[in-house]
Order: sequence, then C-alpha cells, then structure tokens
Amino acid sequence: MSISMQLPDYLVERDPNRCIKCKVCVNQCANEVHSWDEDIDSVIAAEEKCVNCHRCVTYCPTRALKIRRNPTEYKENSYWNARTIRGIDRQAEGGGVLLTGMGTDRPIPIYWDRLFLNASQVTNPSIDPLREPMEIKTYLGSKPDNVIIKDGKLIKELPPQLVLDAPIMFGALSFGAISLSAVKSLAKAATDCGIMWNTGEGGLHRDAYEYSKNCIVQVASGRFGVDAEYLNAGAAIEIKIGQGAKPGIGGHLPGEKVGEEVSRTRMIPIGSDAISPAPHHDIYSIEDLRQLIYALKEATRYTKPVSVKVSAVHNVAAIASGIVRAGADIVAIDGVRGGTGAAPLRTRDSVGIPAELALASVDSRLRQEGIRNQASLVIAGGIRNSSDVVKAIALGADACYIGTAALITMGCRMCQTCYTGKCNWGICTQDPKLVKRLNPEIGAQRLANLIHAWSHEIKELLGGMGINALESLRGNRLMLRGVGLSETEYRILGILPAGE
Amino acid sequence: MKRVYAREEVCAGCKLCEVYCATAHSEYPNSILKAFLKQETRPIARILVEVDQPLSFALQCRHCEEANCTQACITGAMTKNPETGIVTNDESRCVGCWTCVLVCPYGAIKRDETGHKVASKCDLCSNNDTNPICVEKCPNNALIFAEISRGGE
Repeated sequence: MSISMQLPDYLVERDPNRCIKCKVCVNQCANEVHSWDEDIDSVIAAEEKCVNCHRCVTYCPTRALKIRRNPTEYKENSYWNARTIRGIDRQAEGGGVLLTGMGTDRPIPIYWDRLFLNASQVTNPSIDPLREPMEIKTYLGSKPDNVIIKDGKLIKELPPQLVLDAPIMFGALSFGAISLSAVKSLAKAATDCGIMWNTGEGGLHRDAYEYSKNCIVQVASGRFGVDAEYLNAGAAIEIKIGQGAKPGIGGHLPGEKVGEEVSRTRMIPIGSDAISPAPHHDIYSIEDLRQLIYALKEATRYTKPVSVKVSAVHNVAAIASGIVRAGADIVAIDGVRGGTGAAPLRTRDSVGIPAELALASVDSRLRQEGIRNQASLVIAGGIRNSSDVVKAIALGADACYIGTAALITMGCRMCQTCYTGKCNWGICTQDPKLVKRLNPEIGAQRLANLIHAWSHEIKELLGGMGINALESLRGNRLMLRGVGLSETEYRILGILPAGE
Repeated sequence: MKRVYAREEVCAGCKLCEVYCATAHSEYPNSILKAFLKQETRPIARILVEVDQPLSFALQCRHCEEANCTQACITGAMTKNPETGIVTNDESRCVGCWTCVLVCPYGAIKRDETGHKVASKCDLCSNNDTNPICVEKCPNNALIFAEISRGGE
C-alpha cells in the first residue's frame, strides 16, 4: 500500500496542564480519535479520524481540549485550493463518489442577508407585542376562490387546513437517517408548540403515533412505511419528489442501519438496503402526480391537506404551477442549502438554486396565474433564524421548514459526516450506544425553547412594522428592501433597492 | 428516603459523574484541576459507571433499609442515620477490614488505600435535600434524586 497523501483536517490540542486523564474523551469519541496509552500514561489522539464534532471538547470537564484546523498550508493557488486538492486525494485513494452530509457549506450568495425589513416611524404606529395581541397562527392548505357568507356565517366549506401556532415546521428527517431519540425530540417539541414535524420517508415508528396529530407523513419514491393506517395517522400527507441537498437523486439507507426498529417502521427486511429511486416510477408527468395526489386524498377521505415537496431547480415556478393545478394543497420548496444525511458532494454543492430566488419566483408565478390561493407555499433550505422566517413570509411563503437549525438545537455541530452512522451526538446514527446519548426530553425542551424564542422575535419584528397579524405580511414585498443586488435579482425577488 | 436512581436508557457512559464525585470528596471540592493535579493521591469516585455498551449506568450505595454493611462493620464505623436514612462511614473509626466490601450486595463500596485505609462509599453528598453532585452534573439527566416508594419501603 502506498503512502496516503491526505493530511488530517484537524489537530487535537490537549493542554497537559489541564488534562486530568479522566478519559471522558476516550469513551465519548465514536470515531476513536482519543485513546489511552498505558505506556506513557496519557491520552493520545489519532487526528486523521477527527471530524471536529466537538463532543470531546464539550464533555471535557477541564476544558483541556481544543480542535484546530490543520495549519499546514498547500502551495498557494487561487484556483487549485486545498479543498479541491483534498477532494481529488480522497478519490485517488478511495475511488468512489465523494459523500457528505448536511447542507452545502459553499459560499453561495445569502440573499436573506441582502434583504432588510421595514419599520414604522412617525407616519404609522409600530405595535408593542408585549402590550397588544399579535397573531402568528398559520393555516396551510387550499383557500377557496371566494367566500359565501349568510347570516354572518361562512357557508362554503373550507378545504382541510393544517393549523400551526407559528409559521415554522420541522423539516423531513426520516427515522433511519436520524435516531429514534431525535425523532421523539422533534415529535414532542412539535406537539408541545402546536406546530408540525415531518416523518421524512422513514415511516412512523409505533412510539411516535402518540405525536401523529402534529405530524406530516411523507410518501416518497421508496414508499417506505406507507399503509392506510400511516396515511390516516398524520395531520397531512407530503409527497416527496425532491430534496434541496440532492435534487434529481434518490436515497440510500445502507442495510447496516436497518435494524429491527427501522425494519418494522419502514416495512422492509432487516439488513436490507432501503433504496429510494430517483424518480417516483409512477410519476412521469403532472397528470401522474395528480393521480397520486387524489389517490392519497381518497385514501384519507379528503380530510387531510396533501403537500408536494420539490427541490428548487431551474424551472421551479412552472413546476410549482403544475403541482398546484394537479391538486396539491401545499407546495414545499427546498432550496440548494437544504440538508441531508448523505448526498454526493458534487450534487449537494452544485445542483439546485437558492431558496430565496425560488420562493420569490414561485409566489410571483402563482399570483400571475391567479392560483396562489389554491395552495400554501412552504419554503425550506437554510432558514437560520426568525428574521429569515419573516423575510421568507414577506417574499411570499406561508410557512418555513427548519431542518438544520433543529438539528443544531439537538446538539449537531455540522461535522458533515452523518453518512458514517457514527454521530457522536446520538442524532444521525442507529448505534444503540450512541442513540441513548440524546435524551429526548432534553432535545424536545431545547427545540421548544427555540420555537418559543423565534415566535417572540417574529412578533417583535411584525410589531416594528406596525403589523399585528402575520397574514398581513404574506407576500408583502414592500416591507423588504435589498442591498447590493443586480437589476435581475431585484426583478426576480420583486423588491426595491434600499433608498427607493 | 430520596435516593439516586439511574436512567439507563439515557446514560451516555461518559463517566463525568465519577469525575465530579471524586472532586467533591477530595481535598479541593471546588476545583477539578486541583483535586486531580494538586492532591498527592488521585481522588476516588464513590460512584461507579458500569459499562458494557450499549448498556451503561451509574451505580452507588443504595442506602439500604437493612444495610448489611452496618451490621457487618466490626468497629461500628458504618452507620445508618435513623433520621435521614443515609449510610455513612466514619473514617476515623474505620480500620479497613473490608468486611463491608464483602457483604455489600451492590458492590458499591470501594477500598481507599491512598492514605489511612478506609472504605469509600457514597454519602449522598451528606444531604437529603439538594441534589448530590452526580445528579447535578450529569450532562444527559441520566441520574435523578427522588423518593420512589417500592413495596415494603
């Protein structure tokens, strides 16, 4: 075997004046970076295995550990940079498709940060949310073209609606990709906060049925875990066509992650690879999609809204129009920054378009065609905080999915090695000794804290704009101004430059 | 009485409870660094994490109602406080005969031979109100301090 050209990405620095040799780092690192060397009576580190997940750093009781980026420089080259060379090295030695996890870390323009919200000054009053009622309740689903009121009552029956106490939902994270502890954390938090969590394509574990009233059950190309009970258990059904991290690509849960629980929940044999085909093989057109949407509506007796989730790709506006016309009640769009448990690196980093532009163009298109009321619009893929949510709503979204932010809340440090199954935080793993590291009570509490905090902030931002109901902000792009964008970007986003 | 109970299903097996327990019972109860690096002998934890992954849980003295150790103790060092129920070892009277170690059904008593030979065991941080340090510091809430009534108790 020839020598490896790959340098460790990180260096583990252990302060000998602080290390008490308690070996907590040794017993916590699933990547086996730290080990105890009896001969020298010390903990040593195999740095090439370190993924910088911070488990040891967080757990070290004396703060004796620091993880640094390997300072070794490659010959300076603005085109063939270290990242590029390392990618080639990995393939030269491994010979495979480069795999990665989480959303892209490439410096894609962040439109959220170029958008600025308005506030009331002098000519209109701002509202103090601590003194006055603020409404951020959100209804997702098809709205009728008109309303018929008789004797003060609504006569026309409303199509089924998904009710959210805040315009935020947990994005699709499947059991199998993430642990049951993580699923329970999300499910409990969503239930406690009156929002929705999403099964992803992993089916609904029997322990999660108690949280099914706040659950969107997904139907993906692999149809894992789908039966009549599953469809009827959730508050809504989502047909997953695509995922922002890997548009055009299916999923592959390796057999070693398919243990007894995953097997039962996904309804596949233990140890078998769970392969989701890239397309749904019964959907090759909008008409085919319509058949599945109505098959699912039939199966649930038209009591639940049906969502269709697609990745943000070049023709997303036309595709979304087709989805609405096919009968979807909700269209979910996942931008290029959307996360994943495993995706080919080149796909994740180069396929798809940013959520902000996709959202604006879809909302504009649906309005132009006069069908915006027929479906709600949910945006996903890189929502980081409450101001991103507010900006998304002003751009035309009805609600946002958060995935990565939710994972970070549960402890994820975005080391991007989800696909190894060795998640030290017990989130993206099926190894029982790692799964138990995430206490669902703590996970749920942290997630609930996050949703409450964001809800407060959303009310503050709304109040500042003099708006007391989120509904008044939806698609209200006059509340946004941009900085440093091109003419074309202003046109697509449908906003004015700051100062105009 | 209130006891420390382990929640095996969320024990990460990190053994931080051992570190904090050892510190709390060292010469420098407020400093991990001094307890481990300045004290002449390495501090001993009175809690023990049993690990056979994926199984792991922390074990310490159960402060039994009928504590064998108190009956077996040849010097009367090991006593159960009739009010709090806490079983403690009076180290000034302990002669290190290890009879208590022999009779403890949980294996929760350790030999401390770092100085004057004594039996070392959990004293619930000598308190029956506030959380013992192991409960307080467990990063995953895998230890609880509670009164759980069982048949006969």
